Order: sequence, then C-alpha cells, then structure tokens
Amino acid sequence: MNAISPISWVRIGHLDDIPPRAARVVRTPAGDVAVFRTGTDEVFALKDRCPHGTGPLSNGIVHGRRVTCPLHGMVFDLTTGEAVGPETCSAATIPARVVDGMVELGGLDALGMAHG
Amino acid sequence: MKERLVVVGNGMAGIRAVEDLLASAPGRYDITVFGAEPHPNYNRIMLSPVLAGEKTFDQIILNGHDWYEANGITLYTGDGVTAIDPAARIVTSASGRTVAYDKLLLAVGSTPVVLPVPGAGLPGVIGFRDLADVDAMMDATRTGRNAVVIGAGLLGLEAANGLAAHGMTVTVLHLMGTIMERQLDEAAGALLQGELEGRGISIITRAQTAAIEGDGRVQRVRLNDGRVIDADLVVMAVGIRPATALAKAAGLEVNRGIVVNDRMVTSDPNILAVGECVEHRGQTYGLVAPLWDMAKVVAGELAGIGGAGYHGTVTATRLKVTGIEVFSAGTFNEPGADDIVFRDAARGVYKRILIKDNRIAGVVLYGDTADGPWYFQMLKDGESVETIRDTLIFGPNAGAVDADPAAAVAALPDSAEICGCNGVCKGTIVAAIRDKGCTSVDDVRTHTKASASCGNCTGLVEKLLASTLGASYAGESASRPMCKCTHHTHDDVRRLIVAGNLKSIPAVMQALEWTTAEGCASCRPALNYYLMCAWPGDYRDDAQSRYINERVHANIQKDGTYSVVPRMWGGLTNPAELRAIADVAERYAIPTVKVTGGQRIDLLGARKEDLPAIWADLNAAGMVSGHAYAKGLRTVKTCVGSEWCRFGTQASMDMGVRLERMTWGTWTPHKFKMAVSGCPRNCAEATIKDFGVVAVDSGWELHVGGNGGMKVRACDLLCKVETMEEVEEYCGAFIQMYREDARYLERTAPWIERIGLEPIRARILNEADRKALHRRFLHSQSFEQTDPWAERASGRVDAHEFAPLATFDAPATPTTLAAE
Ligand SMILES: Cc1cc2nc3c(=O)[nH]c(=O)nc-3n(C[C@H](O)[C@H](O)[C@H](O)COP(=O)(O)OP(=O)(O)OC[C@H]3O[C@@H](n4cnc5c(N)ncnc54)[C@H](O)[C@@H]3O)c2cc1C
Ligand code: SF4
Ligand code: SF4
Ligand code: FES
Repeated sequence: MNAISPISWVRIGHLDDIPPRAARVVRTPAGDVAVFRTGTDEVFALKDRCPHGTGPLSNGIVHGRRVTCPLHGMVFDLTTGEAVGPETCSAATIPARVVDGMVELGGLDALGMAHG
Repeated sequence: MKERLVVVGNGMAGIRAVEDLLASAPGRYDITVFGAEPHPNYNRIMLSPVLAGEKTFDQIILNGHDWYEANGITLYTGDGVTAIDPAARIVTSASGRTVAYDKLLLAVGSTPVVLPVPGAGLPGVIGFRDLADVDAMMDATRTGRNAVVIGAGLLGLEAANGLAAHGMTVTVLHLMGTIMERQLDEAAGALLQGELEGRGISIITRAQTAAIEGDGRVQRVRLNDGRVIDADLVVMAVGIRPATALAKAAGLEVNRGIVVNDRMVTSDPNILAVGECVEHRGQTYGLVAPLWDMAKVVAGELAGIGGAGYHGTVTATRLKVTGIEVFSAGTFNEPGADDIVFRDAARGVYKRILIKDNRIAGVVLYGDTADGPWYFQMLKDGESVETIRDTLIFGPNAGAVDADPAAAVAALPDSAEICGCNGVCKGTIVAAIRDKGCTSVDDVRTHTKASASCGNCTGLVEKLLASTLGASYAGESASRPMCKCTHHTHDDVRRLIVAGNLKSIPAVMQALEWTTAEGCASCRPALNYYLMCAWPGDYRDDAQSRYINERVHANIQKDGTYSVVPRMWGGLTNPAELRAIADVAERYAIPTVKVTGGQRIDLLGARKEDLPAIWADLNAAGMVSGHAYAKGLRTVKTCVGSEWCRFGTQASMDMGVRLERMTWGTWTPHKFKMAVSGCPRNCAEATIKDFGVVAVDSGWELHVGGNGGMKVRACDLLCKVETMEEVEEYCGAFIQMYREDARYLERTAPWIERIGLEPIRARILNEADRKALHRRFLHSQSFEQTDPWAERASGRVDAHEFAPLATFDAPATPTTLAAE
C-alpha cells in the first residue's frame, strides 16, 4: 500500500453474499480476487492465484484465518498472505473491510485492478 | 586386489559400521559377514514389540538379503566364527569355512547373564536376546499359563508386558526394592510398578531366587523366603555380559569386554571391535546409541579417513511398553545435587530434574516424556540452566501462551537430538522435510533413520512434521491423533461421536476439546464424513468442510478448470446420451473429451461458472452425476457377459447395473470402485477393485480390497454366493462395514491390511450381522440418492459457488460494479 495517497474503497457486495468459511471471486481486468469470510465474520482478500502454482485459492478450505490451496495443499495466512510453514512464498493481499454489512475492497485502482 | 574385511557378528553394530563404511569408502573392501543367527540383520530393539504382537519379524528386518547382494557382501548366516588365527589372519567358522582377512571387525554383541541357581539349565528357562528367544516365548504362550520373569529392568519388563499381552499370568521377580532402579528413582519406579500391576502383572521386589525346579522341564520358582511360584516359562533378564570368549581365545586383551582404544582398535592392530562386546575406557554399553557413535569411528578407521575418535556416549533410556511413557537420563542420586520435582496426580505425571552446579545431572520423566530430548540435550551439552531454573520443570515452552503442542518441538535447537537410537538431530530431520519433501514419519525414517529403531521418538518426529509443514501435514494413519487439532485418534473420534451423541462439527470440537477454534483442512472433512455416516438423515452436511471437488461436484484440474463425468450405468450408454454429451462439448467449448478407465466419458476443461448449465443439459438427456470426484461410489465396470460373450456364464452387465443403482450416491471414507466380470477370464478386471464380482458356473465369487494405482493390490476372495440378490446384500453389507470402520481417506486395501480379512469375513458371512449392515446401508442410501447436479442446475443450492461476486470491466469505476 502506498502511504501517501489514501486508499479508495469499492463496494463489492453484502457480507451475506459470502457464506461463513467460504470465498467468492471478484473479477477484475488484472485477474481474479478471492474474498474470504471467516467463521467469525472477518473478511480478507487475496489474489485468486496460489503463488505455488495456479491454484484458485477461492476454492480452498477456510479454517480459522487460513486457507488451504485446493491443488497441492499449501496453507496461507489470510491476514498476511504468507504461506504457513517452511515455504517463503506469499499470496498478494488486497485490503478488505466490512462497512454497514457491505464488503469493500481497497486500493484496487492502485493494483491496476480497477479505475476509480 | 581389494583389501578383505571380515565382520564377525551380523547384528546392529557390525552392520551399521559396514553401512557407514560403504557410505564413506564404497568398493574399498571385499566384505564377508558371519552371523551366528540364521537371519539377515534385524532390529534387535524391536523384539519387544514383536513379542507383544505389535510388529512382525518382517517389519523389523533392517537389511534383507538383497541389500547384501546389492553391495557385493558375502553373507554366511547360521554360521558362527569359532576361531581366529591373528598371525595367519584367518577365521574359521562352525561349519568349517576358513576366510582370510586384512582387517577383522568383531561385533559379536553380548549374552544374557544366567543366575547361578540350581535348575537354571532346565528346559523352559531362557534369556531375552534374539529371535529364537522370542519364538520360544511365543511357543510357551500357546502351551503354558504361567510365566516368571527374573529381573525388572528394561528387558525384563518388556518381556513381562509381551507375555501378558498373550494372556499369560506373569510374575516379575526383582532383587532390589525399586524396579528399573538403574534408570528410575523410587517415585517413578512406584508409578511404573502400579501401572504394570494395574495391567495384571504381579511384581515382587526384594525377591531372591533360590532355585528353579521341575521334572525334566521348569515347573516352579522357589524364593529364599520359601515362597513358590508356578512357572511354565522362566525368562532371565538380570543383565548382559559382553561376548568375549572368541577374542580371549585369540589372545586379544579382554577385560569385562574386548578392550579397544579410541579408534576402536583392539590389542591387535588388524582387529577392530564395535558394539556391546567392547570395553572402551573401562566402560561397556547396553544400548544402541553408543553403537552408532562407535560404528562411525570404525568406518572412518577402516576407510583410512580417521576422525575425532570415540570418546564415550551419554545415554538415555525409554521403556517400550505401549501406553506407558518413561524417560530417564543421567544420574539421580548425586550428592549435593538439587531436586526439582513436578507432579500431576490426575494425569499420572511425575517429573524430576537433578541439578548440580547449575547443570542438569539427571532427568526422570514419567507419564509425559515429550520434553525428554530437550533436557537430555542440555544434560549432554552441560549447558547452564541458571537463568531458566524457575520454569525448567515446565519444559521449553514454559510461560508461553501458545498451547500449540508443536511449539515445544519448534523451540528445540537444531542440534537437539530427536532419535537417540540413531543419533539423529532436529536439524537433520527438518532439512529432510524441507529439502527431500518428506511428508510422513515413514518418509523421514527412510531419509534419516530417525524413529527407525525403538520408535519411541515417532511422536517427536510427527511434531516436527507438523511444525515444519504446518496444516498441510496430514498426520499418520495408525493410532495417532487425527491431526494436530486434537490428541484423539480417528477411531476414538468415531467412537466418541456415537457415544456422546455428537451431531455437529462444533459439538465434536467442543466435547473432544479440539485445540483449534475450527479445525483444519484435514480434520474438518474427516469429521464431516464421520458425522454423516453416524447420523444418516439427521446430520446436515457442511459444505465448507468438504474438499472443493465434493463441494462443487466436479474435479478441479491443474489450471483451475473442472472436469465433468456423467454416470453411465455399468458402462452402458446409448445414442441419445452420446448426442447430449457431444452437444455439451460443443456448446461449452470443452477442450478435451476422454474415455476414462471406469468406462465413461470425461469432459475436461469446463469453466466453473458453466457447470450448472452443463449439468442442466446433461440432466435433460437423463444423465446424472457420476461422482467421479467423490470419496464415494465411483464406477461399476462390467464386461459384456453372457448377454453377448460366447464365454459368459452370467449376465454381468445386468448385475453391474443393479449394483450401481443400489450404491450410487453413497459417501465412503475414500473412493470406492466396483466391477463385474461374466466369467473367470475377468475382462472387467474385477479383482483389483474395492468390491469385485466374478461370475462362475454356479454363481458369483465376491472379491474385496483390491486396488490399482500406485501400489497394486489384488483382491482377497470374500466368499461365493448364488443369486444376484445375495450379491447385492453382501455388497451393501461390505460397503457399510467399510463406511463404519475405516478411517477417513483409508481405502479398502490398506483398511483390510490393517484389520485383516478375518473380522470382515466374520461379520459379512454371519447372516444376522450382514442383514443388519445391509439394512443400515439402504437406510443411509435413502437420504443420499439425490442427484447433486440437478440440485445445483436448478440454482437453488450453492449458487454462490459458481457466480462471481462482482465483476469489474476495464476500465471500471465503482459505479459500474456488476454486483449480483
Ligand atoms: C529385547 C531387547 C530390547 C532392547 N531394547 C533396547 C532399547 O529400547 N534401546 C536401546 O538402546 N537398546 C535396546 N536393546 C539393546 C540393543 O539391542 C543392543 O545394544 C544392540 O543390539 C547391540 O548391538 P551389537 O551389534 O553389539 O549386538 P547384537 O545386535 O546382539 O549383534 C551381535 C550378533 O553377533 C552374533 N554373534 C555372536 N557371536 C558370533 C560369532 N562367534 N560368530 C558370528 N556371529 C556371532 C549374534 O548372534 C548377534 O546376532 C535391546 C535389546 C534387546 C535384546
Ligand atoms: S470376463 Fe468372461 S464373460 Fe466377460 S467378456 Fe471376458 S470372457 Fe466374456
Ligand atoms: S495417473 Fe497421475 S497424471 Fe494420470 S490422471 Fe492419475 S494422477 Fe493424474
Ligand atoms: S497451486 Fe497451490 S499448493 Fe500447488
């Protein structure tokens, strides 16, 4: 994130559009974003592409603040995007928050994912 | 010409030295090994689990005959060396072989001490040293009822435990007041004694054996105080004595053991010795850890590369009795030492650390030995514990808020020794997990030898796997915790779900004290399955606890697209179905259409969001999900049978279709495949399926537990039946038993190998049991035979899975969001 310019947030839907412990995909010109809702209603977003291969992380199993990639089982921390365990790779994170029950993603423009 | 190395003794130390030598100087020697026992090299330590019935002899062989062959080693088993001529450099064996050497390695081990009491030579009095002794004990368990073990040291107690496991009445006689007194203090000794007595083993301490009596064979043991104990078998485990006779006769310097210097060379420069037979700086050893150190030195010496030499080994002891944890190292009656003691009566835990001059001098742990290696490492290193003294007794993790069981292991330094038997430290294991891709204890064992000997460090290796691999460590399938979220095994969890009437994943996690808030990717799917199996119709499937394939009812491919396989009953199809498949392939631009091994058609490369529409089209042509993605019934492969084949004896297509109609939709611990062949020519390959049916003239043969794949296993024959109805009933009963008994992700082949065919036969061939199982199967089927594709094609179920939440077109602004 760039500290100088304030991030702009965009609404992408209702918290209830994502079941607990599940993820939904947001399509952008720069690739898909996986938006996760945990069992405790926290929301996180990662690029929907496992840094290990091509695994769509939105299809993984969500447990606590972690997701397990469906292809080879690597586990990522949703808060940092970092792989849990010895691996050093990490998945790109995208700021996400819930405002009045609505899910918002931040800084998509900065990532070249949307204009606005 | 190569130099000639002759090794006398085909045991643990000798062969380890040869292994080390082959690693550092391959091909340098022409090697000949003489072994008095008629076996290849095996893991002597593991004789205790063999006796207890927990392992078979085959499982404890360290190097089979093929290993000797592959390394060009000449092996003479069952042929002990009887003489050495050091001047001529020749050995002579019992069978009269003479072999010349340039270097000779003595690795003859030790022999059990026999008490000098009357009757000690009677038949039925044995030691506990080799496989022959184990065989003799096993024989005795079949014919006799009473066993007496003399000596309550490590060996004696392991023998007693093994004999008791076979149903013998066991009495242990011990000269001292405390059992295992060389390793345990009084308190730990008493705890151990109480535990063993609780298991039905009688222990008499301060018992002095006066005589062993019997008429031609042992019948009883008489004590000095007049007590008499009936005995059909007497095991002497009062100590071992280095085997020195051969060396002494050859004129080598012998004391208590064969005397060696720091280079493991005896008084003859061409003769080395290693293992329990040696005496080094006045010390003899009876555990394997020192042997590994010695073997390295021997190998270095023989390879001519030298090294630091041998300087003795500090040892630690663990008792190998399943369910009892005892760890001991160092001393515990050191004058001037301070004691730190911890007890937890409820958990049966006792810990004591002796500290002298701010260093650990001894450790005794009972009931919870997880921190043993940590203490042992500090003891060996002579590390000062001054600063951590207050919390020392609570282990490396003291004070940490993190209750993660892997944390204790994670806190160990890389140099900490994990496997005392093979001298493997943490860094080596972690490196193997990281760099060699080890994902299971077995893998680690293969690459590092850790846990390959006594197996007591298996738990620690698992924790290292867990802390290194994180949640992707699937755990071990044997009686180990399901995953790191719980200490319960798969079997316990299943039992407790039913016993506690637990009907949801959160209920299970609460009642069974899960250590994580909501489990992990490995326990959640297992719990979901166990609950579904336990409470058919009652339990509500948790989609978020399913692997993606079962959640979206298609197989994820490596590029994130999916494959779709409609069901073709018994491998049969027709023009209308083929036309519908062709249309789908064109309409959704399916890149690959492939005939599968299970006799159906796979549409590969479908986009996730197209799946509901594809299914709607297939449904319209009468096709349903083939569950090609499921831990459930997959396919029933058939041959054309008597309907078309000139050899066919029965209608295999009809039979296959009937089985598939009955079983489709069921969820099982792992995938389940069937096949039906119309005659013993078996064109449907039914004998490598989970359930295979082969027609014969008079009916049907039923085969179970077969598996293609990585490790092919042919089926076991379950039985033969006559009618199609019987085939159905036996099939339903077998699947239900597998559903209720096997662990999640365990296929029928390993399941059968684990529990054996007999218990399965016993239940399936028993009419009442079989009918009850079949009934339960049909009951659960009444809830499971709904086409998951139709539900999703309708848009009413899990629609969120298939549609994006929002789409930004380029260039997009927040106002053009296509939020649904
Ligand atoms: C039941 C049992 C349980 C044990 N449990 C543990 C444990 O938990 N932890 C631990 O650290 N240690 C344990 N030990 C001890 C451990 O097994 C020994 O320390 C180790 O096997 C010694 O190795 P070695 O090569 O010196 O002797 P051995 O393994 O005994 O090998 C010596 C071999 O030489 C053969 N031999 C002898 N004389 C001749 C000859 N003249 N010619 C040819 N061959 C000959 C013998 O038949 C034998 O096969 C246990 C031992 C037993 C018996
Ligand atoms: S198994 Fe027998 S009946 Fe079936 S196709 Fe082969 S030969 Fe014919
Ligand atoms: S054999 Fe290997 S590559 Fe082929 S489908 Fe099976 S897992 Fe994939
Ligand atoms: S693509 Fe994610 S683990 Fe391999």
